[in-house]
Amino acid sequence: MTTMTIDRKNFLRVVAAAGAGLALGVEMAPPGAAAAAEFSPVAWLRMTPDGTTTVMVNQSEMGQSITTGLSMLVADELDAPWESVRFEIAPAEPKYYNPFWHGIQTGGSKSTPTMGPVMRKAGATARAMLVAAAAQRWHVDPKTCTTSEGVVTGPHGQTAHYRDLLASAAALPVPAEVTLKTPEQFKIIGTRRKRLDLTEKTNGRAVYGMDVKVPGMLYASVEKPRQIGGKVASYDASGALKVRGVRKVVQIGSGVAVVADTTWAAFQGRKALKIAWAPGPNAGLTTEAIYEKGRALVKTPGAVIRNTGDAKAALAGGGVKVISALYETPYLAHAPMEPMNTTADVRPDGVTLWTPTQAQTAAQKTAATIAGLPLEKVVVNTTFLGGGFGRRGEIDFVADAVEVSKAVGAPVKVVWTREDDTRNDPYRSGTVSALQGALSPDGKVIAITNTTANASVFLRAAPQAVKNGVDPGALRGAADFPYHVPNVYADNHIRTDVAIPVGFWRAPYANANTFGTESFFDELAHAAGKDPVAFRLAMMEPGSRPYIVLERVAKLANWSTKPEAGRARGVAMAKWDDGFVACVAEISMPNGKVKIHRMVTTADVGLPINPEGLDQQMESSMVYAISAALWGKITFADGAPVQGNFNDYQVLRMADSPEFVVDIVKNTEEPTGAGEIGVPAVAPALANAVFALTGKRIRTLPLADHLA
Amino acid sequence: MRVTINGTDHDLDVPDEMPLLWAIRDVVGLTGTKFGCGIASCGACTVHLEGTAVRSCMMPVSAAAGKHVTTIEGLAPLDAPHPVQAAWVAENVPQCGYCQSGQIMAAAALLRDKPRPSDDDIDAAMTNICRCGCYPRIKSAIKKAAGVA
Repeated sequence: MTTMTIDRKNFLRVVAAAGAGLALGVEMAPPGAAAAAEFSPVAWLRMTPDGTTTVMVNQSEMGQSITTGLSMLVADELDAPWESVRFEIAPAEPKYYNPFWHGIQTGGSKSTPTMGPVMRKAGATARAMLVAAAAQRWHVDPKTCTTSEGVVTGPHGQTAHYRDLLASAAALPVPAEVTLKTPEQFKIIGTRRKRLDLTEKTNGRAVYGMDVKVPGMLYASVEKPRQIGGKVASYDASGALKVRGVRKVVQIGSGVAVVADTTWAAFQGRKALKIAWAPGPNAGLTTEAIYEKGRALVKTPGAVIRNTGDAKAALAGGGVKVISALYETPYLAHAPMEPMNTTADVRPDGVTLWTPTQAQTAAQKTAATIAGLPLEKVVVNTTFLGGGFGRRGEIDFVADAVEVSKAVGAPVKVVWTREDDTRNDPYRSGTVSALQGALSPDGKVIAITNTTANASVFLRAAPQAVKNGVDPGALRGAADFPYHVPNVYADNHIRTDVAIPVGFWRAPYANANTFGTESFFDELAHAAGKDPVAFRLAMMEPGSRPYIVLERVAKLANWSTKPEAGRARGVAMAKWDDGFVACVAEISMPNGKVKIHRMVTTADVGLPINPEGLDQQMESSMVYAISAALWGKITFADGAPVQGNFNDYQVLRMADSPEFVVDIVKNTEEPTGAGEIGVPAVAPALANAVFALTGKRIRTLPLADHLA
Repeated sequence: MRVTINGTDHDLDVPDEMPLLWAIRDVVGLTGTKFGCGIASCGACTVHLEGTAVRSCMMPVSAAAGKHVTTIEGLAPLDAPHPVQAAWVAENVPQCGYCQSGQIMAAAALLRDKPRPSDDDIDAAMTNICRCGCYPRIKSAIKKAAGVA
């Protein structure tokens, strides 16, 4: 039997061994022995005499391959052989804080931009000290030494392996400043590297939150209100307590928890609970009401998010062709493959968490508050994450486990069902966008206005970021397009009238707003009688980054060649921070349904660290976005989400999955992240393809609701 | 009841109706087989029952009594991966990785039944969900393992 038992002390070692692609439970060198000859000049790396370099990664690994990408940055600056590099997920301690987040957190495609420079400096620092140690040994000037593949070479051909220099390097002062490589010196950055977590993700040994087992652990599952914001009025646990394997029933903040010997027993116990629910602020709420109000709101002025030139005057001026359109997107669940879960062990003197979280510091604060302990008394062990997409930046699933463990005085793993996950998700907000555009007689866009209405993630998750009613996310996708339009006016209504929590969902804000703007630019192109690619290119500086991206995608997608009979193509662009994407969808519509044949994405995310990882991110973004564009929607009846599982919240499977072509622009601009940027252009590219094929303009997602 | 998992007999003292998934995960302690949906829709819980791919989250453990179950942990020794696992590594398939045990078990069963599957065979057999979008790589890896790519 290979039961995997993990205790507080050796959990990180287990993950470390897994990170190296070894079997779980491999014994590491005893801490004392290793410490003697270890070299760890900064928190981010540790070199040991066996020749291994261990990179400490403070970003959660949820599939985006950040553990590989950040390790590559360290390895390249260090000139370490790639085969000698492994990673560990860092504990949630201040020395591992991300300077951007002032804590530990993963999201917003910020990992590479924020930690990239730190990791490069870490590798360069270690390298400089190893060189200094060798130079000292040889009595030569360090400047005359070179490094390659874990070896220092001196001016007279002397060589020393890093592993033999660790003790002397460790005795040297850590330099404050080091010189980083220039792009032409890169040996690992920019090369294709397979994931460091590849082996354990193909043999079942990778440990996710769901897989954690600690001695004495109980399993729990929480019955939550069906209506969002509903409350427990009273409950009767007698039936649940009769279910075999059920130990206890306790009420916590989110509902009624059944604690049992197995997950299944906890699930069965939930079915035997009798709970009277009290309605909350969403009682009676329907999807129709949310959108009716939204359509009324966008007819009124909102908080100004962009004002360039004088768009209103341009629209009112004579001699222009004015086009108006209303676009809507639905609420969406994140639906990562691994349902929410956390294991917590709350004791009088401290809390230990094992959790698949994107927000370690927030999880730590949550646990500390519930347990009534200082922050430093909460140990956070981050497992692999079975998908994140923003969902795991929340703390609700962590709070569940901490509350239950505290109540029963034992370590507890709280497991959500798929239905719990789908129905208690801070959703991607539904949106309404009212767009207007003015075309000059020669078919140029001289003005755009965009009034959007949506619930604000920032207002819920970081209210201090919303100033004077301006949501810092509202511009994304709504009016940050890469095109030169002389007059642009955009305003936004924050929906505070709907008490349905909304969350960061892959490419927050942009994922919804871009559907409206990029579909609308397509409408303008057709109204101007121009080709949608040529129309967009004409609004950009030739040779600029977005221009190149669009030019390349058009070429790869054979845009200038007519597709085969019965097929059509649609194009769209998207922006995330300083990065750009263009996407072309090629579809047909047998039986009136969209069949996607080919999706082509060109992405410029600055300096590509690992083109292999970027390919995966773009493939992933397209698949995730296709699911949403074709079928994704969460609807509400009496304030309760209707959909619950993959039978009614349809997602893409293999049979409907098209050919994907990914093209990564190689340049040396500052790297932007890549997790979000591939998402927003997909839905408008598909809708624009539907228009090209049928002449039907679909302005409300999901597409399947308006076809056949 | 007695269930043979990866060649080892387990005498399980659990309710008959407990899904095989939870007996494997919580009672036997093999966690490579995943819980994804609980309605046999996503396939993350796929194991082999007498060599056939089944979704263990809705199958009562009693249906496996006296039978042989293979999980991802028993598919191949760690140092001698199954051809499907080797192909998965060659194609750098996983992202978050959570669905991959189920994908690999489904693919291994497919190739045993149809050693040289067509694209349509693959589409028909591989109905497991991957939210990270590994589908193109999964398809390439299956073809590679089958020697048809």
